Amino acid sequence: MNKIIEKEHFSKLVIKLVIEAPEIARSRKPGHFVIIRVDKKGERIPLTIADADESKGTITLVIQRVGVSSCKLTDLEVGDTILDVSGPMGQATHLDKVGTVLCAGGGVGVAPLLPIVKGLKEAGNRVITILAARSKDLIILEDQMNEYSDELIIMTDDGSYGKKGLVTHGMEEVIKREKVDMSVVIGPAIMMKFASLTTKKFNIPTVASLNTIMVDGTGMCGACRVTVGGKTKFVCIDGPEFDAHQVDFDQMLQRLGAYKDQELEAYEEYLKTLA
Amino acid sequence: MDDIKEYLKAERSQEWRTELRKSKKAKERTGLERASMPEADANKRNKNNEEVNKGLAAEIALVEASRCLDCANPTCIAGCPVGINIPKFIKRIEKEDFLGAAKVLKETNTLPAVCGRVCPQEKQCEASCFYTVALKKTPVAIGHLERFAADYEQNSGKMSVPEVQKPTGIKVAVIGSGPAGLACAGDLAKFGHEVTVFEALHEIGGVLKYGIPEFRLPNSVVDIEIDSLKKMGITFKTNFIIGKTVSIEDLREQGYQAFFVGSGAGLPNFMNIPGENYNNIFSSNEYLTRVNLMNAANPDYDTPVFSGNNVAVIGGGNTAMDSVRTAKRLGAERAMIIYRRSREEMPARVEEVKHAIEEEIEFMNLHSPVEYFADKNGKVNKMRVQKMELGEPDASGRRRPIPLEGSEFDVDVDTVIVSVGVSPNPLIPSALPELEVTDWNTIEVNPENMQSSIPDIFAGGDIVRGGATVILAMGDGRTAAEGMHKYVTEKVKAN
Repeated sequence: MNKIIEKEHFSKLVIKLVIEAPEIARSRKPGHFVIIRVDKKGERIPLTIADADESKGTITLVIQRVGVSSCKLTDLEVGDTILDVSGPMGQATHLDKVGTVLCAGGGVGVAPLLPIVKGLKEAGNRVITILAARSKDLIILEDQMNEYSDELIIMTDDGSYGKKGLVTHGMEEVIKREKVDMSVVIGPAIMMKFASLTTKKFNIPTVASLNTIMVDGTGMCGACRVTVGGKTKFVCIDGPEFDAHQVDFDQMLQRLGAYKDQELEAYEEYLKTLA
Repeated sequence: MDDIKEYLKAERSQEWRTELRKSKKAKERTGLERASMPEADANKRNKNNEEVNKGLAAEIALVEASRCLDCANPTCIAGCPVGINIPKFIKRIEKEDFLGAAKVLKETNTLPAVCGRVCPQEKQCEASCFYTVALKKTPVAIGHLERFAADYEQNSGKMSVPEVQKPTGIKVAVIGSGPAGLACAGDLAKFGHEVTVFEALHEIGGVLKYGIPEFRLPNSVVDIEIDSLKKMGITFKTNFIIGKTVSIEDLREQGYQAFFVGSGAGLPNFMNIPGENYNNIFSSNEYLTRVNLMNAANPDYDTPVFSGNNVAVIGGGNTAMDSVRTAKRLGAERAMIIYRRSREEMPARVEEVKHAIEEEIEFMNLHSPVEYFADKNGKVNKMRVQKMELGEPDASGRRRPIPLEGSEFDVDVDTVIVSVGVSPNPLIPSALPELEVTDWNTIEVNPENMQSSIPDIFAGGDIVRGGATVILAMGDGRTAAEGMHKYVTEKVKAN
């Protein structure tokens, strides 16, 4: 049982939760994720840790309301408890000094990108960060990102904030302007696919953090498997970060849709219970 | 070993046993037919989750118990990986002391109600029963009787809690709450140690919960056994991943003196054939976990599972049988086993295969998939299989399957469950780089006491064996508990 200590609405659909989890707060590193089960009937869902406070014994998660589980979780209030939180899982990010790193975060993927940006900056890199979203109200963590980035660029699809255009446009502009040694991209699979194709054109080593479907998160089931460099890898134990240029994003997109019909149906049922 | 023989002899010469032996002539005993297990109707049970084996009625169990000759040299015991005093518990049944029989089981077996259901007795105790070996008759139904006594106790509400010795104050940790861990924890608690079991998942029981289906091993049966362990003073911590949540080093600092790693073979193997990552192709671990642990087939639960009309399960082991029979229960019109060898070489228990056949499972033996095809959404819709023939025996002693070139044909499928074995879970070994592992990533141990290359770390079950049975895992857990007991006792003395 893990208590919710703090709740903040970044937007109508994107919510930050600070959760009591002292052991995880102590052992987690950038790149790690947790598996959460909201209640007895809940499913196990992976969520990347956005931040942690060891002294307070808390971890921070940023969740986008997309289906039953994310809604159940974000409908909880301060003082409520989550039945199961386990982790930290996955391999931590390699935070080496490489020179200039271009970090691109899409939508709620900005949250797990934050500790990586912070870590890369602390490792002595020049960090250029691009935050991208459909519109202004979906841009999150701007101030924190600004604090740890040498340069922060905001891109919105509709031009309601920052520059108008896709994340890839922003990335290309930077790459054409200066030498980039490495890139980190985190966001929806489709965004990571195109961000990865962009850096591939310029031969820039790129890391993507994959958010596949998982059940146990410990290597036991293989639901999260994805092809990387022609080989099947388990995101939960081999990842979640991989060489983005080797990831078969089309397969990953297909696998993410495995339960689309059931998810939609369950979501509609859930909305009815709220009405 | 001599100690055990002496002990068994002394037990056997107790007055009640001697009297009971004399109460019936051996001929009378050997003339009786072996009791058969009552089963749920195949045509009904393959549509629900009710337990297939119904258990023996008391009057049948009494007769079956009287078949046992209470041999002077009970070879059956040698066939039991946890060394149950088999004649003693059976004779307790014959004496109508069913609770006493359960107590005997618990002397050496932490999970009798589980073992009575899932042990391959036909390969163990019953294979070395005097009836099998000397009389060439069907053996005493040791497994059925074990289940009978354990169930009787569970249903009586008078669960006996095994005696634990006076607290030693020594903290020990068990990593993983599957059969190996539970058996180890039970014995460590009996020695009087302060035992904490750490489990990565949210449920205690490991494969007993996520793997073995309800129709073969109801979760409630497992929970009662776990309850007994809690009453012995064992602490359970769920959602706790050693090597991730905290390290072994952290636990050492917290005063834990020895560790048992029973983290299992939780890493499913795939065949690495084209199309294997299409949707609706699952590992048996994923499929069974969704259904058993996450309750996915129950619409009240959030976890989804896809289970179609044409389900192919690849493999011939018990897990393959569990998967295919689950698929049938979830409504498959066609649920098939695809196995590359013939029926005789299938590693599954004979009983599981028999039950599967009764439940209208199709068997495609001597076939193996070579490629999968999918619709435009990436959902598997066809499987190409190749015919096989059997050649010379391989390292496993079974005849090697040889592909017949040009024999390929396609089968319509909408769900595929890959059940071709598991590899050791890498979490613990990767958290302990100095731990010695084999080429197959199993932990290297001294088989005498299950001690690893790191002196305070012991291991057993599938993390050492790479994929075996519940009972062998439990046997390892017991051996390790004894090794750990010796180790911590000496360690504490030395300080």
